[in-house]
Amino acid sequence: MTTDKAAVKSHAINIESMGRNRGEQSIHDEDITLTVDNLDLYYGEKQALFDVNMVIPRKKVTAFIGPSGCGKSTLLRCFNRMNDLVDTCRVDGGISLDGSNIYDKRVDVATLRRRVGMVFQKPNPFPKSIYENVAYGLRIQGINKKRVLDEVVERSLRGAALWDEVKDRLHDNALGMSGGQQQRLVIARTIAVEPEVLLLDEPASALDPISTLKIEELIYELKDKYTIVIVTHNMQQAARVSDYTAFMYIGKLIEFDNTDILFTNPSNKQTEDYITGRYG
Amino acid sequence: MSLHDDNKQGLIEWCKRGEPMIWLNAAAVTVSTMAVVGLLLLLAVRGFGHFWPAAVVQAEYNLPSETAIPILAERVEVESVPIEQLLSAGFKIDASEPFVKRELVKVGNRDVGGADFKWVISDYLENVQYPNDVLVIERREWGNFYGFLQDVKEQGKIVASTTTDSSAALLDFQERVARASDIHDQIAKIEKKEIGSINYKLEKLRLKERGLSLNKDLSAASRQQAEAEIGLSRAELDIQYKALQGQLAELYTQWNRDSYTILTSSGQLREQRMATVVKAYQPNAMHIGQKVVFYFQKFGEFLTDEPREANTEGGIFPAIFGTVIMVLIMSVLVTPFGVIAAVYLREYAKQGLMTRIVRIAVNNLAGVPSIVYGVFGLGFFIYFLGAEMDKAFFAEALPAPTFGTPGLLWASVTLALLTLPVVIVATEEGLARIPRNLREGSLALGATKAETLWRVVLPMASPAMMTGLILAVARAAGEVAPLMLVGVVKLAPSLPVDGNFPYFHLDQKFMHLGFHIYDVGFQSPNVEAARPLVYATALLLVVIIALLNLSAVALRNRLREKYKSLEM
Repeated sequence: MTTDKAAVKSHAINIESMGRNRGEQSIHDEDITLTVDNLDLYYGEKQALFDVNMVIPRKKVTAFIGPSGCGKSTLLRCFNRMNDLVDTCRVDGGISLDGSNIYDKRVDVATLRRRVGMVFQKPNPFPKSIYENVAYGLRIQGINKKRVLDEVVERSLRGAALWDEVKDRLHDNALGMSGGQQQRLVIARTIAVEPEVLLLDEPASALDPISTLKIEELIYELKDKYTIVIVTHNMQQAARVSDYTAFMYIGKLIEFDNTDILFTNPSNKQTEDYITGRYG
Repeated sequence: MSLHDDNKQGLIEWCKRGEPMIWLNAAAVTVSTMAVVGLLLLLAVRGFGHFWPAAVVQAEYNLPSETAIPILAERVEVESVPIEQLLSAGFKIDASEPFVKRELVKVGNRDVGGADFKWVISDYLENVQYPNDVLVIERREWGNFYGFLQDVKEQGKIVASTTTDSSAALLDFQERVARASDIHDQIAKIEKKEIGSINYKLEKLRLKERGLSLNKDLSAASRQQAEAEIGLSRAELDIQYKALQGQLAELYTQWNRDSYTILTSSGQLREQRMATVVKAYQPNAMHIGQKVVFYFQKFGEFLTDEPREANTEGGIFPAIFGTVIMVLIMSVLVTPFGVIAAVYLREYAKQGLMTRIVRIAVNNLAGVPSIVYGVFGLGFFIYFLGAEMDKAFFAEALPAPTFGTPGLLWASVTLALLTLPVVIVATEEGLARIPRNLREGSLALGATKAETLWRVVLPMASPAMMTGLILAVARAAGEVAPLMLVGVVKLAPSLPVDGNFPYFHLDQKFMHLGFHIYDVGFQSPNVEAARPLVYATALLLVVIIALLNLSAVALRNRLREKYKSLEM
């Protein structure tokens, strides 16, 4: 245990000395949506994130890669405070969205989550009709006018490239759709409330290759309108869809850079080892 | 070596494949199924045979060294008894065989002979005949009468006689029975409905008057005015009452106009009022189709009529009604309470020692004997809560209690308390089974915890709630012990739902099938007459519980279909 910690520490120094996160330096302040400042996260006694510092660029796709259990999902769930649901979870440091700290006591979590939407690994449509799934977020906000809902549902489903497939069965149960369709429905449901940031937690890992391709195409289209953060196990996917990539290892951010640079010319030995498949 | 030539090897293989377990499981299922089917069959055979018009036998019962007794009776059951038993009972009979057949016959005519059932030894029945003209008369009191119709009389004068023309006399008799029944229904309607409603209003007036005298703040003028109003409406009701009384008196004379004479098996001629006849029939003359029709009529009467003769005759409608209404009220009370408690325990309470203790307590509550709930209901709900309610809201009726006495409300509340643990446990399990990612999906869209609960979690947990309710209904409908303390009675004068405002009378006592079975079976003055009714009522109780359950199951299946994502 102690040796592990020591290893991690030496590691940290290692990165500092290398002048980490070249990516960060290339992003102008006005293009930053989320800023992570010295973030530590604990599950009870166990520390899961160690002093993470990074920025998420606006209207770009940022990918988190790293081996299982490295904390990339945990970090992602900090952005909309999903970790609050875990009783023992404690966060030090801060994350700001457009300059204001989301961990401030005055922040309304529900409002934050409306601005920072999330799509999960396993498709989780509600056991309602397709229409009601998409309208859910609006109904929560008290919008029940049929005209408004109809319009938003159509726009969102078109936005998620699902409209043509489901327009004739909007009132069927969403659970009758295929996995890939369900995941796109969840994306439609999320963009229906018009968030600024879309968090995608391994959105294609439970899907077949064709559905995966569709999701990737969708991500490519969506980045015109939304800041997207995607966690993925699949390095090819990260290389294909993202503009920036962060590599994490055992709760630490090892390297964050422009995707092309990170994959072709990583500045860190560990990153290189991981992307070349030597460990992980 | 072939695969099968070693038997021992084969047996071991057979065991290894798990076949014994399969056979054991199948055997267990079979035994359980047979037990249930057997129970239902026994109840059905014993209970539903009762409504069949049995043939009436005429014979002479000629025991050695005793005078012969004429018998006119329905055969009820036959059994075989050891000869020693009869010898030691003092019968002087031929003891050549170890067992003799003995049978129970229903001789009726309780007002003549004293008892309407009799055991006879089959061997000593002589001259057994089934005469076609035996008339069975079901009477409003004193049970059945068996005999041969003689004359039909109107105001004491003979209008038809079987000695001159038997079929015409019988036809005339049946017409007059129908007429008397019609009048009886009219009388019942006036007495129960119309006079009942006037009495109800008079009672309301009395309470209002008493309320006035209790109210010290009222000015003399308004008091006088109120009293005058009460006097006025009372006078009006009195006039209505007098009118109804007049009608009734007229109906009663009409009712008692006709009579008939009938010859018993022992040759006695008896004159009886037509008004006492419920129905009369000649079972030996009926063909099978008529018997089937008669059977279903009798069965229909059993379901829809009120009980007569200390519950041993007539129907059980008030008991069916009371059972169903009590279960419904209980369901309405227990579901929201149980669900709210479960939601708090599972979703809001901080999981820890305290919630564990509460859970253990709830589970143990389910194991408390039901009579304890009855005692609690009596002590807390009735004597404390009910008495306080009376003081606060029904002071004018005191010292007669309104809610401070056992009644429908308290029975339902007590049973709701009894079944609360079941609903809580089932709902909690349902809530625990809602996938986490669905809750997160809702929360991630900006829903608060309460909104997520209301819009996603609770609808999805509704099948589990229904499961809880099904278990609760099954338990509550069959419960008798606590009800005896908190509101069930042998005979309720009226249904808890009627035409008098406010229509639902939650303070009233009511009848219940479970208690009815106990009462008819154990408290009845006429055990033999009551026995088939016990079986029939028991089967009916099972059927009603099954119906209540099936409707809840159907509802649950619909909900499951709607929220089927749990199985994914």
